Amino acid sequence: MSIKKLEEKIFKGMMMGSTLLIFGVLLYILYIIVKKGLPSLSWEMISQIPSGGFYLGKEGGILNAIIGSLYLIFFSVVISLLISVPVVMYLNFTLRKKSRFSAFARLTFDVLFGIPSIVYGAFGFTVMIYFGLQASLLGGIIAVSLLIIPVMIRSIDEVAVLIPVELIEATKSLGATNYETIKVIVRQLLPGISTAVLLSVGRGIGDGATVLFTAGYTDSIPTSLAQPTATLPLAIFFQLSSPIEEVQNRAYSAALILTFIILILSFSARYFSRRFSKNKI
Amino acid sequence: MELVTVPLTIEQPKSKVMNGSHSLNPHIVVENLNIYIQGNHILKDINLTIPDKSITCIIGPSGCGKTTLLRSLNRLHDDNVDVKITGKLFVDNEDIYAKGTEVTHIRKKMGLLAQRPCSLPMSIFDNVVYGPRIHGVRGRRKLYEIARHQLVAVGLWDEVKGRLKTPASTLSIGQQQRLCLARGLAVEPEIILGDEATSALDPISSKTIEELFITIKDRYTVVLVTHTLRQAKRIADYVAFMYMGELVEFGTADQLFNHPKNQLTREYISGGFS
Amino acid sequence: MLSTTLMSIFFLFLIGGGLFVNSLPIMQEKGLWTLLTTSNWRPFKGEFGFASYILSTLYVTGIAIVIALPLSLLTSIYIIEYASPKILRAFSSVVDLLAGIPPVIYGVWGTLTIVPFISESLAPHFVEFSTGYSVLAAGVVLAIMIIPLIISILMEVFVAVPKEMREASMSLGATKWQTVKKVVIRKSIPGIIAATVLAISRAFGETLAVLMVCGNFTDLPKSIFDACYPLPALIANNYGEMMSVPQYESALMFAAFLLFFIIVLFNVISRLVLIQIDKRYQL
Repeated sequence: MSIKKLEEKIFKGMMMGSTLLIFGVLLYILYIIVKKGLPSLSWEMISQIPSGGFYLGKEGGILNAIIGSLYLIFFSVVISLLISVPVVMYLNFTLRKKSRFSAFARLTFDVLFGIPSIVYGAFGFTVMIYFGLQASLLGGIIAVSLLIIPVMIRSIDEVAVLIPVELIEATKSLGATNYETIKVIVRQLLPGISTAVLLSVGRGIGDGATVLFTAGYTDSIPTSLAQPTATLPLAIFFQLSSPIEEVQNRAYSAALILTFIILILSFSARYFSRRFSKNKI
Repeated sequence: MELVTVPLTIEQPKSKVMNGSHSLNPHIVVENLNIYIQGNHILKDINLTIPDKSITCIIGPSGCGKTTLLRSLNRLHDDNVDVKITGKLFVDNEDIYAKGTEVTHIRKKMGLLAQRPCSLPMSIFDNVVYGPRIHGVRGRRKLYEIARHQLVAVGLWDEVKGRLKTPASTLSIGQQQRLCLARGLAVEPEIILGDEATSALDPISSKTIEELFITIKDRYTVVLVTHTLRQAKRIADYVAFMYMGELVEFGTADQLFNHPKNQLTREYISGGFS
Repeated sequence: MLSTTLMSIFFLFLIGGGLFVNSLPIMQEKGLWTLLTTSNWRPFKGEFGFASYILSTLYVTGIAIVIALPLSLLTSIYIIEYASPKILRAFSSVVDLLAGIPPVIYGVWGTLTIVPFISESLAPHFVEFSTGYSVLAAGVVLAIMIIPLIISILMEVFVAVPKEMREASMSLGATKWQTVKKVVIRKSIPGIIAATVLAISRAFGETLAVLMVCGNFTDLPKSIFDACYPLPALIANNYGEMMSVPQYESALMFAAFLLFFIIVLFNVISRLVLIQIDKRYQL
């Protein structure tokens, strides 16, 4: 075998090996999470809050974290949408396609996208201090919203650039008002928006560093924005290192639930983006 | 206009062509070639002999399979999993589709000019000597000589000799296509394949490329897919007319254009359909 | 809409500015040089030296890249150039899934698998003792986290190489591997750089997963089997004590600002590099 062929064979082997390795790692991760989390998963686990203190109390479950995370992500997504959609629409439909301002704006959002979540957490904390807020649901919402706005903008923008300008012109020339034109655009953007929401939820719900300073942690379910709240990532983080086995199990169950949520979101995002891309113009 | 079904006329130039001063040695012989793409029967039982050291143009309406045929000549379908090929294809009496044939050795015999000039992402010099380098040629002097020789042959030398190391993508489209020809010639092939090689070029560059083909045909066998009849009329020695995946007629240019034997051919060359 | 957009852009500067302003007190008191180059960290005595944290961050990120980049390249090339469409689709799902898994889950997994492995099976060959919570553990976990990111970008980049280019190379008699080496990769260099930069940014700032496996030990690690303490971990671990010590809060804000600054700087530099490459090589 010539050297050329040998080289090709070696590299091909390495490539296949590395691919298998990555496949294998995913399966291994899922396996461990299921193995540790499934035995402790029970109805009590997801329907009760921890009793006797989350770190040492043996009884109860992780309802505090589940509800807390859901509240948190819900409000964050709403706020982000209110900001991201107008921004994307402005970038794509009010500005000219190639304006320098839009290039600059996109660059900024790209950079914001790459900023680690702990910086958002630290900044959110600064904002809270400035306004005199305590670690609370509201604080968490602020920080997570900041985190996911760039994610949303990027995701919706990807879809919005594909919409032809002619659509707007055609709509306007048919006598539509600005408001009606906006409705048309938004309808076109809906698939992109739903994918963006799914991606943002995935990013926001699993992130611990953002909420570490800002949302606090507690055993109970918050009843107002000013109260601290538990979240799934922190439920895992804080309870994993407890010496008490039941507490650790709560951490594993939370890990399993979180992973499960992410899997569903991931599949849904893929499914929707594939499905809707057939129906567009 | 009704489509007349005609019996396949299988032309063997050896037995038919008498006039013309071109050498009649068959260089490429296609035997019962059938190609299926994703289950669709694209090329139907092609039998064709391409003579050497001449220009053969494959003409026909779009979708007739001429590009598919051309690309099967250097086994470019190999990487496409949807493609199934049966039949034999002899180049220099060697069936290139026989089991165990080494494909790079076959491809080295042929140079391909694509529709859109595709320069490799490297300097002009590196583009031209890419082929020789792949096949083991070393030594700066030697490579430089090869580059110079081929660039002169395609008429690019004077235009680029001062900037051989600049990226090839800075050349104009006409220059790039000539560069691709130089690149193809550098591996010393026997056959040049052109897939509508001038359709993306302006008229002047097209003319230059056509003239190049004419210049090199006494040393190489040139097989071109052309989308315009006029180009075929200008430069072809032999013409193959294809329609709906079948080879309808083959003959010398004079024969096919002036005395076409087939009704379909007659209709096509008189502009009946395209 | 314009105002919202302006606000959003303003964010970037707001974040940087906010963190900077909050770091001013400690910068003024200690001086930038001292902060960056000393490694005494005794907040209760008023000593804040970030050097070992910065170095830890660099070590961990370095290991992550060294592991992740080759693996990602090899895998992406295989998936795009050699594998069947079925495998491609299956693998895309795998990559998407891995990319979406939250850092804390990687942290759990790392604690359960990588840490014991290092402590029991790997380290004994090299050093006397290692708890497993180490630079290496953090590097490996980080590597696995950034691999999906790099792969997804690389896949897009390789697919973007025009088919004609590959065909041109192969028509000259090059094998598939030669074509990949000399044409596909070469054409994709800007994309590969961009992917690497993004991955480094991500690795730099990753907090929770690293926190769970790095050991959180301030002294400078002497080997990859020693514990370390990257910047994000520092911020995360100590925020609770911020209020009790003067300047502590400012110090942690400084750490956050450092992260922010390095990452933004990195992004800007890489963009400039890409523009230069584009101009010079016109790939």
